[in-house]
Amino acid sequence: MAATIDFVGRSGAGPREAADWSRRQELMTDLRSVRGRAYPRVIGLMREPSWVLFEILLPFLSTAAFVFVYRAIGAPQAYVGFVVLGGALTAFWLNVIWMMANQLWWEKSQGNLELYFAAPMHFMSILFGMALGGMFMSSTRAITVLLIAGTIFGVTFSVDQWALLISVFVLTLGALYGLGMVLASLFLVWGREAWHLGQMLTEPVYFVSGLNFPVARLGFLGALSVAFIPLATGLDAMRQLVFADAAFPVGTPAPLVEVGILGVMTVVSIAGARWMLIAMERRARRDGRLSVRWQ
Amino acid sequence: MNETIPPFAIEVDAVRRVYAAKPAPVVALESIDLRVEPGEFFGLLGPNGAGKTTLIKILTTLLLPSSGRARVFGFDVERDTKKIRRIMNMVAGGEQSGYGILTVREQLWMFTQFYGLTGGDGWRRVDELIEAVGLAEQRLQRVSTLSTGQRQKMNLARGLLNDPWILFLDEPTLGLDVSAARSLRELIVDWKRAVPGRTILITTHYMAEADELCDRIAIVDRGRILAIGSPDELKRRVQRESIFRLELDHLVGGASAIASLPGVVSANEAATAPDAGARQTVVMNLVLEDDGALGQVVGALARTGSEILGLRKSEPTLEDVFVELVGRGFAESDVDAPDVAS
Repeated sequence: MAATIDFVGRSGAGPREAADWSRRQELMTDLRSVRGRAYPRVIGLMREPSWVLFEILLPFLSTAAFVFVYRAIGAPQAYVGFVVLGGALTAFWLNVIWMMANQLWWEKSQGNLELYFAAPMHFMSILFGMALGGMFMSSTRAITVLLIAGTIFGVTFSVDQWALLISVFVLTLGALYGLGMVLASLFLVWGREAWHLGQMLTEPVYFVSGLNFPVARLGFLGALSVAFIPLATGLDAMRQLVFADAAFPVGTPAPLVEVGILGVMTVVSIAGARWMLIAMERRARRDGRLSVRWQ
Repeated sequence: MNETIPPFAIEVDAVRRVYAAKPAPVVALESIDLRVEPGEFFGLLGPNGAGKTTLIKILTTLLLPSSGRARVFGFDVERDTKKIRRIMNMVAGGEQSGYGILTVREQLWMFTQFYGLTGGDGWRRVDELIEAVGLAEQRLQRVSTLSTGQRQKMNLARGLLNDPWILFLDEPTLGLDVSAARSLRELIVDWKRAVPGRTILITTHYMAEADELCDRIAIVDRGRILAIGSPDELKRRVQRESIFRLELDHLVGGASAIASLPGVVSANEAATAPDAGARQTVVMNLVLEDDGALGQVVGALARTGSEILGLRKSEPTLEDVFVELVGRGFAESDVDAPDVAS
């Protein structure tokens, strides 16, 4: 069989030498793993056109419903913009819940998780890859919703501080996907309950994050209590920066304050995710009930 | 460790693994000791629930032993996990890993990234392996559309992406038809033969597969290794005598005349059967103390004018070895298997 030649591979050094990697090799493997895991999500965007229906048309319809309600009750025009921006950002939360938090559980049932554990990269690379691919997918969807709904409903965007807006957007994604990474480990540990938890965290979070109204309308204590949800804080800051001319309820924190909150949340959630992963892997190896497909 | 002595590819010392389960903990491995030399094709043969997969999970750093120590090329499975992961890979039967939306080529490339290959090297390696495992026609086909046999070839290619020094195969031909299983076995043998020092640990409950592939086999049951040796050594454990089946044109003086020869333990006339020309032939089963006694028998037959039409040596199978060691067959053992990773 000709395969004898093809199977020679790249074994030069012996096994003990081959196992000895430099720091650079480790780092490059981690970075390449991020790219590798992001790849299916980027490809999926092009191969599954059904997302146009489920993730653009349906969010657009629910956004449209709120627009019509606000118009019917004579709410300020700025509220139409608030709803459109909120509708666009639902793509990120859906992605975080269903394709980050639930993902490791799904990977386990497919048998991927044990292959990830058995590979030499840091597992955080897999989570970063999932997050990066998810951000790409969701950003495409969010921008599409924003453009379509903004055009149809005549939303006027007025941005004075682009740098701050970009910072808020990046930090919001950092905090959101950091939270998704933490939830991924937790959902894996909770196992079959993960699907129910995903459902539980969808609609209630939409509501308390103020996707369809300024979160300050919940009152000071209400807004304060949901400030730990990245979607709520990020959306509030983005609204203030994208609709600079609009009037916001009294008590709305300044965007800079919210940038600080988002920054802390990003750092804490990513550090938390790393800690959770280490704990999860330790438990998986000890109990044999997390990484092994049939347990 | 002593650098002058090359380490074993696998070294397992008194490894025990207990799963917490209700109503009582399940002991999957009970004080296992094992040594596998670099370059060996080593098989773990046993029924479901024997502990084969648990041992593989420990060696691939997915599980910790409850007690004892295990090393792969001298690296400890508890402490040196990253080093082990860099030089090993694993493939399981019925594996459904990856993402159905990707093509075969893309899926394999994704896995190259987890082993640190550059983008270009990854694509090159993938193309080489796709060619080697015979999936060239399916390279641009989505993974979700592959047949079971094609899928398992792709899984094998995945297991070879990082050019491992040690490959763990957990029931790799499970669920494959005869032709696909044979093709996969050939690929595995070719891969191993290509570079000296490549080591394979395979678990299987297919006796013939273990017999065909392995340099040495450990027969495992209920968490214990019952016997280790080459297939021939194991078979010799149950066959202390040489057994032959002789077909003769006629036999003068009956089987008792042969049975009285030195070195013959027993001789029985098994049947008298018509041959193709409708002549009557005699079939005789011979049990000899060793192969050397056959000369006496052949000489005696020649002196009486008997013509030997056929001579076949009967070999015991690994199944015979297992039955002798355990006192029951595989099928019965499967019924008794505990419901945990075996």
